[in-house]
Amino acid sequence: MTKPLIHITDVHHAYATDAGPLPVLDGLNVSVPEGGFVAVVGPSGCGKSTLTRLIAGLMKPDRGEVWLHGERVQSPRSTVGMAFQNPVLLEWRTILKNVMLPLEIVPTKMSKTEQEQRALHLLDLVGLKGFEDKRPSELSGGMRQRASLCRSLIHKPEVLILDEPFGALDAFTREDLWQTMHSLKAEEPFTGVLITHDLRESIFLADQVVVLSGRPAKTQYVMNIPRNGPPELDDLYTPEAADRLNILRHQIEIAQGRAPSEEVGA
Amino acid sequence: MTLRKIAVPVIAMVVFLALWELLVWVNGWPNYIMAAPSDLPAAYSRYWELFLVMGWQTLWRTVVGLLIAVAFGIFVGMVMGFSRTMRDALYPLLVGFNAIPKATVVPIVALLFVGAHDFNTILIAFMISFFPIAVSVSIGLSTLEPEYRDILRSLGASQATVFWKIALPKTLPEFFGALKVAVTLAFIGTNLMEIVSPHGRGLGALFDSGKTNSDYPLMFAVLIALAFMGIVLYYVVVALEKIFAGWAERQPT
Ligand SMILES: Nc1ncnc2c1ncn2[C@@H]1O[C@H](COP(=O)(O)OP(=O)(O)OP(=O)(O)O)[C@@H](O)[C@H]1O
Ligand SMILES: [Mg+2]
Repeated sequence: MTKPLIHITDVHHAYATDAGPLPVLDGLNVSVPEGGFVAVVGPSGCGKSTLTRLIAGLMKPDRGEVWLHGERVQSPRSTVGMAFQNPVLLEWRTILKNVMLPLEIVPTKMSKTEQEQRALHLLDLVGLKGFEDKRPSELSGGMRQRASLCRSLIHKPEVLILDEPFGALDAFTREDLWQTMHSLKAEEPFTGVLITHDLRESIFLADQVVVLSGRPAKTQYVMNIPRNGPPELDDLYTPEAADRLNILRHQIEIAQGRAPSEEVGA
Repeated sequence: MTLRKIAVPVIAMVVFLALWELLVWVNGWPNYIMAAPSDLPAAYSRYWELFLVMGWQTLWRTVVGLLIAVAFGIFVGMVMGFSRTMRDALYPLLVGFNAIPKATVVPIVALLFVGAHDFNTILIAFMISFFPIAVSVSIGLSTLEPEYRDILRSLGASQATVFWKIALPKTLPEFFGALKVAVTLAFIGTNLMEIVSPHGRGLGALFDSGKTNSDYPLMFAVLIALAFMGIVLYYVVVALEKIFAGWAERQPT
């Protein structure tokens, strides 16, 4: 078997706080094959964002190893793209210039016009054609998040890390963006890690769902979602999907330390 | 629209002068209690050369003091904004320093560097005005949401790149807010020193000589000239703000 693109083995991490060390991750294992898309769910504050910072190389784990593409992650690398719940667009730049920001940091072989072409193409893909000269404040929350996705992909990253990118959006906008994610995935060859609180989102977007236990987090449960082609929203309302959601919800309750045997209502 | 923008403040000013004139006239005050606007043209025409020379001295020393305050304030703000330890260390010092009434520092500096008019005036203008700049820059930098840092840092960008591309431009609106306060403060500092220091220069000294010679219209004329210069400096800052941080302005709805 080929080595997975993202490989996280037995990672432990603690934050230094005034009240002493706070263990956050405690023996975490995640493996994502090239082109795969993993969703990570878990109780609030269990260490999901910490995990993304470790993958991005923004922090080093106390123990254990993070590997990307066969290389051990020691520091940030330009082959990673990130998007957060907060779209963090820069108000003094146009949408186009915001999307092109990573290209000012990452060395690229693209010429200026190619860079712009690519940015415009991505904006078109997410449905923001014609908004390239607008300022972020002129866009709605969902549109800003779309622009933020474009920015995270502009430099053709191998790994796309999404930390609750749709968490602040209303349900309809969120479902729109799920479909946008699938069209992006069809065109861009990234390997994805998605942190989410939304179980339906996890089974709609990912081909693997990892449930983390409560803090300090370890891998508690892994569910594989078989895929043949991009799903439809209707697929979320099949008995199969309901079964998956029930299992995941039950796992979350275990992770939250609520009565593990308690039956979950539909 | 632009006509309105100019007409409204001009009308306000004319009304203000008319009320002032009326107040003096109704009360029948002699000009040693309060000069009327109609006394001022005579004072200006008599001393216009002095006004130009002294006004220029006040202006350039204020601006130089302010520029040093900007450079130093940004530097201190950066140090405090990026390092928690430095912030904890410097903040009480800065606050204490700022709490000292500058009117008490002025005579000390005036004596310390007696005769060095330009130097001690600029020094006071600087000392009185760097505080808001340092505080605004440090707050702007330390309240930068971590995600803003992370979008560039996750690509391997250096701290300096994060500063130039994100932290600094994001802080500009607060910086200009502070600069508007600082420009007025620097102006006050310059004038305090000019008035207090013996054989001083600038409009402050002109004011002082008006006082010694009981030339009350001259004193009022200096006040008005100071107000005028203050307005000009303030609007220069506003213009710079429009150029560099105009993006932060939301259209009123
Ligand atoms: N820099 C830090 N210093 C100290 N403690 C931290 C730091 N960052 C996070 N923590 C703590 O570590 C724990 C995990 O944080 P993290 O942000 O990874 O959780 P999360 O799973 O992303 O939470 P959420 O679901 O709310 O986004 C939390 O209890 C948090 O308070
Ligand atoms: Mg989080």
